[in-house]
Amino acid sequence: MKGYRKYFLNKIYWFLITFVFAFLLNFFLPRLMPGDPVAAIVSRMAQGSSNTAGTQAIYRQYTELFGTNKPILQQFFIYVKNAFHGDFGLSFSQYPRSVAQVIKVSVVWTMALQFPAIIVGWLIGNILGALAAYLRKGFDKVLMPISIFVSGLPAFGMAVILMVIFGVYLRWFPTSGGYGFDLIPAFTWKFIWSVIIHYQLPFWSIVLIAIGGQAIGMRSMSIYELNADYVKYSRFMGIKDRKIIGYVFRNAMLPQVTGLALSIGTMVGGALVAEIIFSYPGLGYTILNGVMGQDYPLISGVSLIITVMVLFATFLIEILYGFIDPRIKAAQTE
Amino acid sequence: MKHTLQQVFRSGKFLVGFIIFVALLLIAIVYPLIIKYPPLEIIGQGTFFPPGVYVSTYDSINAHSQYILNLNDAATKRIANKLSDTDRAAIKDWLVANGIPEDQIDISDTKSLLELWANNYNPTKEISGMTIAKLRYYQRLDTSLKGILSTEGAIIATNNPQTGTLVQTGTVAQSDYVNINQVANVRVLPLGTDNFGRDVLTELVKALSVSLQLGFVAGTVATLIGLALGLLAGYVGGMMDDIIMFITNLFTVIPNLVLLILISFSIGQEHRGVFTIAIVIGVTSWYWTTRSVRAQVISLRNRDHVNLSKLSGHSVPHIIIADILPYIASYVVMAYILQLSIAILTEAQLSILGLGPRTTEVPTLGLMMNWAMIYQAQILGKWWAYFPVIVLIALITFSMNLMNTGLDQVFNPALRD
Repeated sequence: MKGYRKYFLNKIYWFLITFVFAFLLNFFLPRLMPGDPVAAIVSRMAQGSSNTAGTQAIYRQYTELFGTNKPILQQFFIYVKNAFHGDFGLSFSQYPRSVAQVIKVSVVWTMALQFPAIIVGWLIGNILGALAAYLRKGFDKVLMPISIFVSGLPAFGMAVILMVIFGVYLRWFPTSGGYGFDLIPAFTWKFIWSVIIHYQLPFWSIVLIAIGGQAIGMRSMSIYELNADYVKYSRFMGIKDRKIIGYVFRNAMLPQVTGLALSIGTMVGGALVAEIIFSYPGLGYTILNGVMGQDYPLISGVSLIITVMVLFATFLIEILYGFIDPRIKAAQTE
Repeated sequence: MKHTLQQVFRSGKFLVGFIIFVALLLIAIVYPLIIKYPPLEIIGQGTFFPPGVYVSTYDSINAHSQYILNLNDAATKRIANKLSDTDRAAIKDWLVANGIPEDQIDISDTKSLLELWANNYNPTKEISGMTIAKLRYYQRLDTSLKGILSTEGAIIATNNPQTGTLVQTGTVAQSDYVNINQVANVRVLPLGTDNFGRDVLTELVKALSVSLQLGFVAGTVATLIGLALGLLAGYVGGMMDDIIMFITNLFTVIPNLVLLILISFSIGQEHRGVFTIAIVIGVTSWYWTTRSVRAQVISLRNRDHVNLSKLSGHSVPHIIIADILPYIASYVVMAYILQLSIAILTEAQLSILGLGPRTTEVPTLGLMMNWAMIYQAQILGKWWAYFPVIVLIALITFSMNLMNTGLDQVFNPALRD
């Protein structure tokens, strides 16, 4: 267990450093924007009003509210202090609501959608890839081109295609929203059913994209392993095929786990855009609203949350990986 | 070199991908030479005109010569065209309510449907439960059907400026035809128009070429940075390696899209040109090229031929160019191809978020997708506005992935079938 402790500490240390950097980028990048964002927002709000004194008063009130009248370092420390309390300031575009309130609602939707979808897509993709490597011939010939094609499709493209087929033409599933527009979130059967129905299209569009990419990776890893010397040796030893395949796929799975850790950021990014196509009330849609409303506290807050989510997922996978493959832990803690 | 190329082109997967890619490139280059419409010109007044050949009605009436063709099925076709599916269903409803057995009515057969209608319809008959509005609808339908069935032509009249009365200048009989070649204004819109009334095909080809350029720029930037840092980290090692790997790991873990969102948002709408976006994408996606190049270089660093080169007193740049680059060239090419296709995808994602290039100058595939989505083309069933865009993006990435898989099989014999 001693080795594991060192491995965990190493990972946690990395996790924290990355977090600090992400946090810094997240604070400073939007503030590097040329021009005064508050002025831009005030001028947009005061469009058509000729009362300069009033506009100035609004401007003063806003700079006070968002704290942009203070030096940037001081702003940063205030931001850090508030962020620790889960306070990311006020949203420009949805004014009386705070960024934390906006995010709190949408993060649940995104987590409930993306986490299961990515896991399911990863599992199905790996099974199909392994089967393609093992069966070869017909299955492989059909699956491979489809996988390459599907993995090349952007997630939003798959979202649009599923939506048009199942939402617009067949009318099996609704085309937008997270639940029926006539419902109020509550624990009633009607609401839960509506959520399940609205869940299907976004879910499957993310799953299908993930399947394609994972199947390709797993197929090449499995082929690689199937040709390894230990497989030939085991065959000579007369070990049963099923047992050998067990070994092979365990070995082939390992890089796939790392692959998941490396690609989870990209997958989440693609899935966020797919959310927008379905007007799903998650983080993707919140970013879109932030962009449309020039709402940088909101964008800043959402990107921080996404980064933390991805960092955390990566961290979890790496910890898990340490358990599955002791060699990695040994190599990294030498 | 020649031998490697031969081997690469013998791979079926690579060849298919390469052909698709070259075809796309050729379309992007040749189409604008032949068809010189400005890609962002707004020609249609209104949104989403369906694909087809648009013939000027005014010019058809005033064409040099009118031809008379007596075609037997002209009247039937005219009515079939006029009768919409809802009208047909309504006719069926009336007939059923009037006591005609449902299985005798075939709404797709215009001729028999009209016969049934003409024989049975009685405008004064009242059907219980039918609203007045519905009754009037049937009366109007009947009148308009009779109007089409009549054999008289349409009269063309102009307004006499002195008296303010209409003066007949000609008639158009039902059997009058014009040759489309003699009509002054015909515009072929193979993919209709988009939400702004622009020719989708011309716009799409322009978008394809802009997106490909964006991909080349972003891919080149990413590959150059990735290659340089990977070589430095792998070959020089030590402190340099630690610093570069630290940055690389940071980039790997922080989601790329988040960085892009933050950066493009900071740049601001006015300053986001296509090439700015391309460079931003390149600068944020070099990290995994670095990773793989570094891993390769480390395994090469202590090979005999590199040591020999060192002993012979060659300089570091010489060793890198002559003894290391040739060995990693295949990886770099593969990484470049991937970077290119990922850049095109990333631009599309950014554009859907509203953070793509600014919209006034050139279209990109992502921007076209964004416009179609904002105007809900997918829900309105205007497939020509979004489907060709998705197909093009998919074809680009598909061809790149195929080329990569092919290359992979050539350079990693273990993966060969």
